[in-house]
Amino acid sequence: MGDYFALVVACIFVNNILLIQYLGNCPFLGTSKRMETAVGMAMGVVFVLVMAGAATWIVWTYILKPFGMEFLRTLAFILLIATLVQFVEMFLKKNVPALYTALGIYLPLITTNCAVLGVCFINIDKEYTFMQTLVSSFAYPVGFGLALILLAGLRERILLARVPKPLQDTSIGLITAGMMSLAFFGFKGMV
Amino acid sequence: MAKKTVFQEFTKGLWSEVPPYRLVLGLCPTLAMTKGVDNGFGMGIAVTFVLVCSNVLISALRKVIPKNVRISCFIVVVATFVIIVELVMQAFTYPLFLQMGIFIPLIVVNCIPLGRAEAFAYKNGIVASFADGLGMGLGYTISLTILAIIREILGNNTFWNHQVFSSVFQPFAFMVTAPGAFVCLGLMLCLMNMLGKK
Repeated sequence: MGDYFALVVACIFVNNILLIQYLGNCPFLGTSKRMETAVGMAMGVVFVLVMAGAATWIVWTYILKPFGMEFLRTLAFILLIATLVQFVEMFLKKNVPALYTALGIYLPLITTNCAVLGVCFINIDKEYTFMQTLVSSFAYPVGFGLALILLAGLRERILLARVPKPLQDTSIGLITAGMMSLAFFGFKGMV
Repeated sequence: MAKKTVFQEFTKGLWSEVPPYRLVLGLCPTLAMTKGVDNGFGMGIAVTFVLVCSNVLISALRKVIPKNVRISCFIVVVATFVIIVELVMQAFTYPLFLQMGIFIPLIVVNCIPLGRAEAFAYKNGIVASFADGLGMGLGYTISLTILAIIREILGNNTFWNHQVFSSVFQPFAFMVTAPGAFVCLGLMLCLMNMLGKK
């Protein structure tokens, strides 16, 4: 149990996917302008990544590895994620309309979110077991959501501040993210 | 929009639409791979190769690809070239391959090749798509290299792993860490906003 707890802390804080590993930065800057979109994106990523992590692990362990097709993993994983997202979208639309209206527009964006594919690769590269894969596929996007929502809160405040013209928008967003990254850097060496 | 010449398609990627600074696309490798000049340059060349090849192929196939499943088709094309790059780098530049690690396969979801396929190659001819891909790729390479030069010299006091200043200059390690990457890119965007016309 202690191992899993350490893994969760490591994934959320120490190796935060956005601020320390630099994955998924395009949606990070794109959807952090408003709190509403940030929350939607964060929930969507958690939702998809748990399934994608499990599915890619199964495909890797039982199909690609036994047949010696490791070089195909990039193609296999991205197609798997794309189809999975499509299926989830169709399923939600039909059966859980409430969740669909909340997450719907973010789902297609998640296909090309490099945090999703990145976590799948990290799981494989670190040779996690199935349980560890599930835990890290949940904890990484939670870290993603944490950073995204924190930044959205900050950026809503920055809108009210007087920022020099060339620094406005993305530029000041990146510098704010840098300050947050510095704070997360403090967790280094904790686990 | 007036018809642009091939040369204009090529040069727009170098200045007026340079990917990471103007379009704010493909940020993850821009942040992660600019710790050293060798990483940044290698990443830029890898992306350029993928971009040129996928642009040409998608442009050649644009009449065959059905509109409804075009995104999946783009992904397959891009992923194929990324696998080629991955295998070639593993064979010939192994140390660089190890340093870049996960970021090579992640070129697939780097928004630039997919974005150009959707926005340009699917609608234009082969020669124009080639010029567009080459220009965008070179623009990306140059931007990555510039950022990498700044970060490596200030943070590590080296250029391509060779020492620059005498050891009197104390490098500030902040620049080569993750926070330094964000701040440096933010300032770079600010500089581009000050310099240029949109």
